[in-house]
Amino acid sequence: MNDMAGFDDPLLIAEGWKSEGRDVALATVIETWGSAPRPVGSHLVIDGEGNFHGSVSGGCVEGAVITEAMDVIGSGSARMLEFGVADETAWRVGLSCGGRIRVYVEKVD
Amino acid sequence: MRLEILKQLNDAKRARRAAILVTDLAIGEDRLALEGDTLAGVSPETLTRAFLSGKSGLVEEEGRSLFLNVHVPPPRIVVIGAVHISQALAAMAPAAGFDLEIIDPRTAFATPERFAGVKLTADWPEDVLKDAPLDAFTALVAVTHDPKIDDYPLVSALKTGCFYIGALGSRKTHAKRVERLKEAGCTDAQIARISAPIGLDIGASTPGEIAVAILGDIIQALRKRVIGAGV
Repeated sequence: MNDMAGFDDPLLIAEGWKSEGRDVALATVIETWGSAPRPVGSHLVIDGEGNFHGSVSGGCVEGAVITEAMDVIGSGSARMLEFGVADETAWRVGLSCGGRIRVYVEKVD
Repeated sequence: MRLEILKQLNDAKRARRAAILVTDLAIGEDRLALEGDTLAGVSPETLTRAFLSGKSGLVEEEGRSLFLNVHVPPPRIVVIGAVHISQALAAMAPAAGFDLEIIDPRTAFATPERFAGVKLTADWPEDVLKDAPLDAFTALVAVTHDPKIDDYPLVSALKTGCFYIGALGSRKTHAKRVERLKEAGCTDAQIARISAPIGLDIGASTPGEIAVAILGDIIQALRKRVIGAGV
C-alpha cells in the first residue's frame, strides 16, 4: 500500500509544482526483482531544473533517473529505464543491494 | 501523465478514497478507477483483486501491458473506550498495519500511563469525531458498554459506511442497543452490519484474546469487503 496524503507525498508535490508553472516529470517503480529497496509504485518527482522529491531506489540510481527525467521533460515522450547489477557497465550506476528495478519516467502535462 | 488525472488522484487521496491509476505503458495513456468503478479493457476481477490486496503491479489485459498503481488509504481503527481490551488491541494493531486511536471521555480510564505511545483523547466521541470524521477505511470498535458513550459513534459509523463496526456486549445488551439504534433512525440492514458479540468466534476469553478476535474480524472485513457495495 502507498503512503497517502502526507505533505511529502511526491504526487501532491508534483501537482503543487505544476501549479507554480514548473515543468514536471514523474518516475515510477514499475517492476522489481530481488531485494529492491523501494516497492513497486514508489515515485520520484523531478522538475525542469533538476529539483527532485521522493525516491525510487533509496538513493542508488536517483542521479541517473533525474538526468533521464530532464530529457523526458524536454522531449515530452515517456521512457522505461532498467537498473541493476547486470546493467552496471551500461548505466555506470547500479543497485548495491543486488536487486533490479524498472522505472517508468513520464512528463506531467 | 495528464495533470487532470493527477489532480483527480490527489483529490481521491485527500478524501481517503481508494483509487487505481491504470497506465497503458505502450502508449502512455493513463486512466483513474475509484473503488466500484469499471474501466474498459480491464476486467472487473483484476480491479477488484488490486483494490483488495492494495498491491501495485503489471497486468496483461486484452494483449496490453498495463501498470496498476494502487492507492488505498491506510486503514485506521477508532476505539471507543480506554479499557483493558483496548490496551491489548493498541499493542497489536500497528503490527497488522493499522493506525489506532482511542477515545474515552472518562478521564479515570483514558490516562497516558495506561496507554503509553497510543493516540488517546479523553473527550466525548461526538466532539472528537467532529474534527476527525469516520470514513470508509476506518474500523469503529465500541467497547465501553455505556450507551451514552458508544451509541453516537455507532450511529455515525453506520451512516458513514465504516468497513467494520463492532460493539462489545452480550446478546441481551445488544438487543437493547438495536432498539436504541432503530430509534436513532438506523435501518435493519445498517444495524445488521454491526459485529456483535464483537470479534471472530474463536472462544476468546481474556482481554488479549478478545483483542485478537477483534483484529481478525477487522482484517476479514477489510480484505473480504465487497467491492462496489459501500466501501
